[in-house]
Amino acid sequence: MPEQPLLHYLWIVPLLPLLGSAINGLFGAKRPNKYVTATAITSTGLSFLCALETVREFFESGQVLFRKEFFTWITAGNFRAGFDLQMDQLTVVMLLVVTGVGWLIHIYAIGYMAHEGGYYRFFSYLNLFMFFMLILVLAANYVLLFVGWEGVGLSSYLLIGFWFLKKSAADAGKKAFIVNRIGDFGFMLGMFLLFRAFGTLDFQTLFAKAGTWQPDAMGQFGTLTIACLLLFMGAAGKSAQLPLYVWLPDAMEGPTPVSALIHAATMVTAGVYVVARSHILFTHSPTAMLVVAIVGCATAFFAATIGLVQTDIKKVLAYSTVSQLGYMFLACGVGAFTAGIFHLMTHAFFKAVLFLAAGSVIHAMGGEQEMSKMGGLGKKIRWTYVTMFIATLAIAGIPPFAGFFSKDAILFASFQNETAGRILYGLGLLTALLTAFYMFRLIFLTFNGKPRYDEKKVHVHESPWSMLGPLGVLAILSVIGGWFALPTFFQGPDYFANFLAPVFGGAPEAAGAATEAATHQLELILGGVAFGTALLGIVIAYWLYLKTPRKPDDLAKSMKPAYTTLLNKYYVDELYAFLVVRPLLWLSTNVFWKATDVTGIDGTVNGIAHGAAAIGDGVRHSQSGNTRSYGVWVVAGAIVVLAVIFFWPGAGKAVWGLVR
Amino acid sequence: MVPTNYYLILSAILFGLGVFAFIFKRNVITIFMSIELMLNAVNLAFVAFSQALGKLDGQVFVLFVIVVAAAEAAVGLGIIILIARNRQTLNVERVDLLKL
Repeated sequence: MPEQPLLHYLWIVPLLPLLGSAINGLFGAKRPNKYVTATAITSTGLSFLCALETVREFFESGQVLFRKEFFTWITAGNFRAGFDLQMDQLTVVMLLVVTGVGWLIHIYAIGYMAHEGGYYRFFSYLNLFMFFMLILVLAANYVLLFVGWEGVGLSSYLLIGFWFLKKSAADAGKKAFIVNRIGDFGFMLGMFLLFRAFGTLDFQTLFAKAGTWQPDAMGQFGTLTIACLLLFMGAAGKSAQLPLYVWLPDAMEGPTPVSALIHAATMVTAGVYVVARSHILFTHSPTAMLVVAIVGCATAFFAATIGLVQTDIKKVLAYSTVSQLGYMFLACGVGAFTAGIFHLMTHAFFKAVLFLAAGSVIHAMGGEQEMSKMGGLGKKIRWTYVTMFIATLAIAGIPPFAGFFSKDAILFASFQNETAGRILYGLGLLTALLTAFYMFRLIFLTFNGKPRYDEKKVHVHESPWSMLGPLGVLAILSVIGGWFALPTFFQGPDYFANFLAPVFGGAPEAAGAATEAATHQLELILGGVAFGTALLGIVIAYWLYLKTPRKPDDLAKSMKPAYTTLLNKYYVDELYAFLVVRPLLWLSTNVFWKATDVTGIDGTVNGIAHGAAAIGDGVRHSQSGNTRSYGVWVVAGAIVVLAVIFFWPGAGKAVWGLVR
Repeated sequence: MVPTNYYLILSAILFGLGVFAFIFKRNVITIFMSIELMLNAVNLAFVAFSQALGKLDGQVFVLFVIVVAAAEAAVGLGIIILIARNRQTLNVERVDLLKL
């Protein structure tokens, strides 16, 4: 028995959800819902417990990188890809977020999906997602990581298109899958390039080798820069960054627990995780870092502006997710990987709450998602209101809620960046203002004011406890989730940064006491500014949507061009349709389908078949069925053979040779 | 001693008659007989060569041909009887259902 029993059987953690998925998928169809529920909840719950135990053992073992090769998957020449799992501090954070939040959302889904068809199918997919996500975060090489990466893409596709009879849902699933393919293409090229440069895709050896490389200069496109940019392309696809973000808002066609788990808390953060995991590569390439920071910052701002005018409650949250993911990439881009992962964690908490609460609202309204048909729900679904309000405070960046600390850390880090710090900070701060505004707009439109729905028709009811329980737990987490960073405000140690230090390298301790004090003062000031900005956003939202409810419509009318542009999401979908989708469709229809496939391939095959048929049709007439005509053929044949033997020079000898 | 050529010429004439009858006759039994005639023409040629070359091979072949011809006659006559029963005719021109 090894000293850390479970740590050496790390594969149990991802395997349990796979088992649950297999059982539910294969045998769940004919079982009552309670068996399906039991399987799904038990498998993910056990997985969570095992994850907790492995983390405990990891701490016990002295918190050094734990790595184990379970079996070799591919060997070709000097290339080896194995089923190798690893555990370090970054994995710990991801592992606990995925299993913990995942489990809570599973519990929530029991209540939410209770009356839906395909109950077993839903949980089978959801468990499958958990399996692939755990593979993704536990993988010790890029190849295995890519398995999880594609696997979560698959589960995401299956779950977005869960109500596949609805065309919009099926289309959204396809869109998500295809847009992700573009990113994955880059990701794979990045992997190939890394293998060419370093001869391995294993994290430990690869990063050790990369660490000794000469960093690329700014603007120099060396191997590492290109590899990083390609990896980031994959990350931008999975984490819905510009210009590949378009699939995420559409992904809201899936059931709400899916939106919460996959499209807010875990899967979409995989891109951030990959960038953070490859931080050694990225820090060797200032160009790539700058690109990451700019894309992240631009996405954060861009998505926030679209979020301002959306009226679908889930769409607002979707754009908010895109925006928050932008923040995480901004953090990674300015080198503050700790802050990025910190925001990833707090975002997982509060965004899960927001989505689950939105699901609860939709549940209460009987499927209505339009905020313009809600209003005044706060009194009727009090628990949902309270939890969502807490999460909204968290995302808006009000201390002491979780989002404040992580967002402040990001803004602080981007402020200190030499290259483009001021611009990044300014945009980030503006985004924070917009975030506070649109989130409180959502709250006010949904829960406050006068009801705008037909109170006789819609029977508003609070959700069952299986839905409210996870909401409560996650709401508590989104309050206290940021308190790791609390001591930094009193010049104490940054627990989260210290915890992740073995992964990301030590915090810059070298700075003298004077600069440290100055830095600290700066951080306090920036924190205050961020807080003030958030408050301003809330006040504007309050003034617009509660004080003068007519004002927003007037504003929309007075700024019609801007408003319609935002409402139509900057026409990006239309632009892509024009630039990419329609040319591709034309090419596929006319060249690949009609010219190549129908005319070329089918033409050849059918032509051969028709030719054979025509020859057969011609020769058929020789088969008259008349015995005498056959006799004539036999005689004619014999005469021909004899004539050849007699009159063809040498033919007789040849035949004689054959006979002998 | 009759020269070998005479035998061969007779054999060729018999064979030609067989072929002629095989092609132009309509009665199944006649056609059948013409086949037998061709076989026996060949037999004659075999025996003549056997005599001329002083070897027994030809005669052995003749025995084989006779055996095969007997078997063929058994099967062929059986078929002819069936045709006669089912079609009430022995005219091959009217037995032509085996076509597309």
